[in-house]
Amino acid sequence: MALLQIAEPGLSAAPHQHRLAVGIDLGTTNSLVATVRSSISVVLNDEDGRALLPSVVRYLAGGEVEVGYAAQAMQSVDPHNTVVSAKRFMGRGVRDIADVTNLPYQFVDAPGMVQLKTVAGVKSPVEVSAEILKALRARAEKSLGGELVGAVITVPAYFDDAQRQATKDAAKLAGLNVLRLLNEPTAAAVAYGLDNAAEGIYVVYDLGGGTFDVSILRLSRGVFEVLATNGDSALGGDDFDHRIYCWVLEQTGLFALNAQDTRLLLTRAREAKEELTFHPETRITTVLSNGQAVDLLLTSKLFSEITLSLVNKTLAPTKKALRDANLGIDEVKGVVMVGGATRMPQIQRAVGKFFGQEPLNNLDPDKVVALGAAIQANVLAGNRSGDEWLLLDVIPLSLGLETMGGLVEKVITRNSTIPVARAQEFTTYKDGQTAMSIHVVQGERELVSDCRSLAKFELRGIPPMAAGAARVRVTFQVDADGLLNVSAREKNSGVEASVMVKPSYGLSDGEIADMLKASQQYARDDMDARNLREQQVDAGRILEAVAAALAEDGELLNAAERDKIEKHMAALRVTLEGHAPQAIKNAAEALNRATESFAGRRMNRSVQQALAGHKLEELEG
Amino acid sequence: MSNMAIFSLEKNHFALFGLAPAFQLDLTQLEHSYRDIQAQVHPDKHAHLGDVERRLAMQWSTHVNEAYQTLRQPLARARYLLQLNGVESDETSNTAMSPAFLMEQMEWREAIGDAKAAEALPELEHLDGRLRAELRERQEKLQQSLDVAHDFAQAAEQVRELKFMEKLREEIHHALEALEN
Repeated sequence: MALLQIAEPGLSAAPHQHRLAVGIDLGTTNSLVATVRSSISVVLNDEDGRALLPSVVRYLAGGEVEVGYAAQAMQSVDPHNTVVSAKRFMGRGVRDIADVTNLPYQFVDAPGMVQLKTVAGVKSPVEVSAEILKALRARAEKSLGGELVGAVITVPAYFDDAQRQATKDAAKLAGLNVLRLLNEPTAAAVAYGLDNAAEGIYVVYDLGGGTFDVSILRLSRGVFEVLATNGDSALGGDDFDHRIYCWVLEQTGLFALNAQDTRLLLTRAREAKEELTFHPETRITTVLSNGQAVDLLLTSKLFSEITLSLVNKTLAPTKKALRDANLGIDEVKGVVMVGGATRMPQIQRAVGKFFGQEPLNNLDPDKVVALGAAIQANVLAGNRSGDEWLLLDVIPLSLGLETMGGLVEKVITRNSTIPVARAQEFTTYKDGQTAMSIHVVQGERELVSDCRSLAKFELRGIPPMAAGAARVRVTFQVDADGLLNVSAREKNSGVEASVMVKPSYGLSDGEIADMLKASQQYARDDMDARNLREQQVDAGRILEAVAAALAEDGELLNAAERDKIEKHMAALRVTLEGHAPQAIKNAAEALNRATESFAGRRMNRSVQQALAGHKLEELEG
Repeated sequence: MSNMAIFSLEKNHFALFGLAPAFQLDLTQLEHSYRDIQAQVHPDKHAHLGDVERRLAMQWSTHVNEAYQTLRQPLARARYLLQLNGVESDETSNTAMSPAFLMEQMEWREAIGDAKAAEALPELEHLDGRLRAELRERQEKLQQSLDVAHDFAQAAEQVRELKFMEKLREEIHHALEALEN
């Protein structure tokens, strides 16, 4: 397959190659991969025609790894080494995990994020998730017959910064280029909205295996605008299984089960839950490792009763989101149901009653997120530049700084549209103070101890001056992935100092490189070849983009400016004939710098044209 | 050099959206302009391009979001208009309020406190409605000062008072949320 198709100067209008991009729904229970084929979003099945990949990873003594159905089949037999629902542990410490004693794993409380002891060594949830992503990537590349340009990975809307960062790290570890982290309900809204040409206020109620999200969107003229989002990143279908499991223990008087029996009963509980979607009652029968038999009848009515508090737990965030969006229930045009757990009849009834209308179930709740992610991936990869629709998403939780007395000063409030940046100024409180510590937190509560700590860093080198004289400006920038970067700068009599931080849960790029190297899948040669290919693809993309820009807006440049850009393009083309990744990278960066002011002018023009077009419309209207 | 090119449009937020600087604003036109500009500058539209374009897109999109939020909310819009006219509203430093206003504040606080203590949901909702009406009335007066009389000193005082009223509203919402949980 040709990796590059570089347009000759003046021929930039040539149709470019379709770039292979996928959307991945990395779920708590199941994961999927989808792509856009001939303008239609489709889920890619495995060789046996199955769409879902159970999010289960089993580590074997020899270092081999099983992923999906093979691992799931072994979870009762080998519970310590078979990791299910790893998504629940992403970016989480041991004390964050509520039912830690009920889980059959040996947790290691590593700084920042919990780790799991397996027969193949200690594994972090990031590594476990990377195995799932690798399996999906292999499936996609085989099915599409080429290397992927990138992927959109979905995350629960209510995921905080640490959980998002962990997800991005997992994708990098799986060798995926992350085009965007996309919120799951937003992905679902795209798939639903484009499919139904929907307009108005829509609520996406997304109850997955381990997470709950509710998002309120306004769909209008091709714009998907998230007005508010809320949720619970530790509430999902798994909890309904757990209620059944507890009920079984209660009925049988069993306690202190071993890991095998715990896993066995949890599996039976899940099966019973699924049965009760279609039948008024179901039997739970099994034989435990000590020979004791379990045989119980569970009715749909009783199941509803023992899970009522879980259902109500989803309604509180729903009310909050409506209040944040400043909307009443009567203004909601439709409620889109997403996530396998919304199949439960008691959920359907509760949501229908709350909103006073039948919820919408016309898209497969298991697939809709992946389908929406694939549509977005296709656009982000540059396959459909003429697309008229736009996503405007928000940040789910407020971001702030610790101030005196352990209080939080909010810098960016929840439900702010991203990308967003805000700066706050602080000063020193002691004479001659030369350093200031900055503690970044996320959450809605007033006390630092009630919020999640994201990062701590010190700004040093402040010139000594009187208390209150220093001007330290702390800037928060949240990008389109919902990820935060914080920088601090002391600005006084021309003296500046600055520092950039990544949230403490994230792995550094160096750590990821180490992990990549450590994984046997990538031999040194593979790494080099991969690096070269990546540089070639990047350079090709830049050349194509610049050629298109010259063709479109070339008159914004004078002859000398144009000549300079064309010289840099030619230089980059020369390096592409060789095999030195660094030379390609340098030439590409030089071309980037040479086009900076051109790009700025083009952006200005496009904004002016947007406004001009808009005024014309008003006049015509 | 490039930074000047990037923000050359940024004369002020109103100009960015093709609007005349005034407190009274056509919110529909603001919204339409906002969406049209975001459709051009949003990072999603530039994700497949080089680093330069992607960085520009993030800066532009961030700036447009900031400008939109400032103009969309009445209090932020008023504060911004004052700034454009060289007047600071001094909400944190200037706390000299008229005795009549302070008396009124005390009455509100008492009413909210009583309703909270009695866990009276309907009373809180009633107060919320009354407050909303009061906010509307105050915004109309603010519009007079800013757009008609051009009395910016008076407008600054009205902004300071409005800030207090918004705080009351937040308090009612917190109380409502606490009762619902």
